[in-house]
Amino acid sequence: MSIDWHALLTVLAVTLVSTVGLVGVFTLGIVGLSRRAAGPAAALGRTGAWVCFAACAAAVVWGIYLIVQK
Amino acid sequence: MEHITLLIGIVIATALVFDFTNGFHDTANAMATTISTGALKPKTAVAMAAVLNLVGAFLSVAVAKTISGGIIDESAGIKPEVIFAGLVGAILWNLVTWLAGLPSSSSHALFGGLIGAVLVAAGTHGIHGDAVVMKVLIPAAAAPVVAGLAATLATRVTYRVGRRADPEATSRGYRAGQIASAGLVSLAHGTSDGQKTMGVITLTLITGGVLAPHSDPPLWVMVSAGTAMALGTYLGGWRIIRTMGRGLTDIQPQQGFAAQTGAAATILASSHLGFALSTTQVCSGAVMGAGLGRKGAVVRWGTAGRMVSAWVLTLPAAGLVAAGAALLADQGTWGVTAVAVIALAACAAIRSAARRKPVTHANVNEPVPGTPAAGPQDAVTAAIAAVTPPPPAPAPASGTAA
Repeated sequence: MSIDWHALLTVLAVTLVSTVGLVGVFTLGIVGLSRRAAGPAAALGRTGAWVCFAACAAAVVWGIYLIVQK
Repeated sequence: MEHITLLIGIVIATALVFDFTNGFHDTANAMATTISTGALKPKTAVAMAAVLNLVGAFLSVAVAKTISGGIIDESAGIKPEVIFAGLVGAILWNLVTWLAGLPSSSSHALFGGLIGAVLVAAGTHGIHGDAVVMKVLIPAAAAPVVAGLAATLATRVTYRVGRRADPEATSRGYRAGQIASAGLVSLAHGTSDGQKTMGVITLTLITGGVLAPHSDPPLWVMVSAGTAMALGTYLGGWRIIRTMGRGLTDIQPQQGFAAQTGAAATILASSHLGFALSTTQVCSGAVMGAGLGRKGAVVRWGTAGRMVSAWVLTLPAAGLVAAGAALLADQGTWGVTAVAVIALAACAAIRSAARRKPVTHANVNEPVPGTPAAGPQDAVTAAIAAVTPPPPAPAPASGTAA
């Protein structure tokens, strides 16, 4: 009987990186949408925000793919 | 569907009842924080979870061929009576923990019940001790830690990065984020837990000679298992939702989003990398982690302690009930009948006890009684809670006291 430390640590690492990454990117998106001022900076912020949200949506789609494929 | 004896019919019905309790026991996993932060109205949230549970049940074709992942030796003469006794143990423990409002793992209840019943019917050689440690005990210890750590860090990050975001973008953004991540948890839950019941029913049909060994579950099994679970989910285990959404800690949208994302990531990473963790323990751990991650938030360790003791008790308690049921059921037809009657009476008693202090979609977001302020910080939180406007008025009660 041996504990599969490798699998356990892999799960820990993957979970930490994906959670913090996803939440971080999503929050950046929210920050990007927050800049109300007009002008190129605001447009840039909005564009950046939607890039962030698109990345999160892609992560969700990948998650669904993982569920289906299993 | 031919030659289904009365006994097999009873086992299938019991498996569907277990599936139903599994559904309402685990609604909280996906939806507790979504409901407590007001991202979704309670009824909408459980409806969404139910639909995604149902979809999840059909998503994967790689159905578990073993009901217990090798914990019990399924070739060691497992009779329908034994599966029946195991299911009774699991159902009763699920109902008791529901009455206490404690999120405990339905899978562990099922494992515990089957282990107890097999121990009585076939002796110790029917159990693989290594598998119990590897597949139940270690994951149970790891799940809340992994998910809790992820949620703590994610909560810190989201408060830090988002500290200058304006409130309107924040509330809309986190609302959408919470709904998406809760949906992912529901989907994953439907796939993993829905398949467990399908596995139980399929194994029963095989042991009864209705299906050939190693068969895939027939369509009617998939439909009935998925539907039973979705119905249970829709009924909503409001008691457990309240504990997870309000009892453990006070959840803000940022924390709800961090917790749900952490839970979804943990479930997907662990099931994909072959170290399956209990959904319930992952989600409760993530909620506590989110509580630890926000400055000034209070984690109510008393409630957490009661929850952890329920986790520790799940396996032996469900096992003990199932062992007793297996002893009786082994006596023949009258024994099975006696177990069924006693189990039904116990369910009715628990239900009427729950009726005395009902928790419904209407009062699910009210503070949990019996979780008093533990210190000065709690008093502050309580004061803030008292002056903050309550969430939107709930829809009129329609009598689903679950």
